Amino acid sequence: MSEHTQLELLEIQEPGPWRETWYNLKKNRGAMTGLGIIIFFILLALFAPLVAPQDPLDQLIEARKIPPMTDGYILGTDDLGRDMLSRLIYGARISMVIGIVSVGISLFFGLIIGVVSAYYGGILDKIVMRVIDIMLAFPYILLTIVIVSILGPSLTNAMIAIGISQVPKYARLVRASVLAEKENDYVIAERALGASNLELMFRTILPNCLSATIVQTTLGVGEAILSSAGLSFLGLGAQPPTPEWGLMIASSKEFITNAWWIVTLPGIAILLAVLGFNLFGDGLRDILDPKMRS
Amino acid sequence: MLKHILKRLGLLIPTLFGVVTLVFFMIALAPGDPARVMLGERANAAQIEQIRQELGLDKPLIQQYGLYLSRVVRLDLGESITSGQKIKDEISERFPATIELAIWAMLFASIVGIILGVTSARKRNSWVDYTTMGGALVGVSMPVFWLGLVLIMIFSVWLDLLPTGGRMNVRYYFEPITNFYIIDGMILWITEGTPKYLVSAFQHLILPTIALGTIPLAIIARTTRSSMLEVLQQDYIKTARSAGIRERRVVYRYALRNALLPVVTVIGLQFGLLLSGAILTETVFSWPGIGKWIYVAIGARDYPAVQGGIIFISTFFVLINLVVDILYSVINPRIRMQ
Repeated sequence: MSEHTQLELLEIQEPGPWRETWYNLKKNRGAMTGLGIIIFFILLALFAPLVAPQDPLDQLIEARKIPPMTDGYILGTDDLGRDMLSRLIYGARISMVIGIVSVGISLFFGLIIGVVSAYYGGILDKIVMRVIDIMLAFPYILLTIVIVSILGPSLTNAMIAIGISQVPKYARLVRASVLAEKENDYVIAERALGASNLELMFRTILPNCLSATIVQTTLGVGEAILSSAGLSFLGLGAQPPTPEWGLMIASSKEFITNAWWIVTLPGIAILLAVLGFNLFGDGLRDILDPKMRS
Repeated sequence: MLKHILKRLGLLIPTLFGVVTLVFFMIALAPGDPARVMLGERANAAQIEQIRQELGLDKPLIQQYGLYLSRVVRLDLGESITSGQKIKDEISERFPATIELAIWAMLFASIVGIILGVTSARKRNSWVDYTTMGGALVGVSMPVFWLGLVLIMIFSVWLDLLPTGGRMNVRYYFEPITNFYIIDGMILWITEGTPKYLVSAFQHLILPTIALGTIPLAIIARTTRSSMLEVLQQDYIKTARSAGIRERRVVYRYALRNALLPVVTVIGLQFGLLLSGAILTETVFSWPGIGKWIYVAIGARDYPAVQGGIIFISTFFVLINLVVDILYSVINPRIRMQ
């Protein structure tokens, strides 16, 4: 009898970690809504030229400030007669790139710094942590503003600034997980088998430290989109006539008295995109790392 | 606990030193010559050289850094290139505006956030809970400056209820006393017998307060809710309930007190962040605070001013974090024991 159950147990295959996460994720309504929104914006970004009814930069003097749902303009036109819908669609492209590139920068440096610092420990770790503490002593928005004003205002520099200023956050997160993981038996076993330091750090330990980082990465894309919109609003990010959402809001300031859609619509686009990443990130957090729930 | 506090205080000096160093070298690396900014494009080489000497820009970088450090230690942040005024004076003139707005925004966020958070936790999975948490998620996903503009559009342009910006009706002859306009308004009500200053100051505060307070409000509501849910499952709450104590008393007297511990930390951290978030809000509402001042200084490439402003805000931020940390160890005995 007992032999029989044992055999049966052996036959049931355990689902892999990705599979299990996906299974749990599918049951989380918020996360699935978020994922839907993210996919929607990514598709818009990829197929912008096919979806957009017009060129986002085409100005039409006789078609200025046309309200939504008139004359074939679904979302109206802006003060220079450019089609709002097309600008918003191309804006998705810019915002997705900003989100992915700046989070990519933070992630790349954060992972390396965090893993190396925690793995080797000692004086190196102490120095790295001090520098990170100092960087975290700056309010995050100020840090990006300083970096952009040094590099000069442009979209690329805004991405770099946002990426750099978030490195400490990722480095600290990764460092904490590596510290918790590196003394485990499996690491010691790998080492005994002759794995090199590099292999141990990035092949053995790192994959087991990723759950908190994945959550942070998802939320980070939303944050980056918000920050870059803020920078563009201050004139430190994208420059005209780029159809960046934050910049579109900035240049609409004068029209709040007579063209509500020019102000409102880009903000709603930002809100929706960021909401998507936040919903998905929150869902991931609940599943991957229940302890991190704040 | 004393040891913990001393350790934190000991870290303060190196952190501030690091902040000043980082800001100095980052700004020093920035392109553009401050002397040229001061004199404009038409200046000749001799004039520029003279100003460079006066500003100490002809010295090696490391010597400039030493000089700057020795001045900062004496709380001297130098002079603004564009206005020629002492940066210290410019900051102290504008800081009350920023602090006043931040305090009101934080009060608004804390009171509403805690009420919403507690209600959501008590009525978990009800429509109140779903609406609040959905609203909170929307709140943290929103660009603050956009919210500000939409508020102006609705309440100032369409409904014509509130002013679009500034701190006080420009037609009033108004001499600030404390530079906190609500307090000034109250003083003037007593001395001059008219509440109009107080009313105007209050009207000007409403929209920026809502715009600046929305993100902290959402974060505080979420923190309160999850902390409250955790506390409500504790044994002592069950005991209190089974002893027949009224639910209201259980929630507000016993549970809330303990649930507020993490909320206090969040409130403190958010307050520090508000000061930097103010740069966007102040720009939208033409609020004459330090955020808008830094924004203008960046545009004018007034590097000493940017440097001074950022060092000031970062120092304030570090100090607030320190106070929050110490406060937390005072109210939470478990940390004290460690």
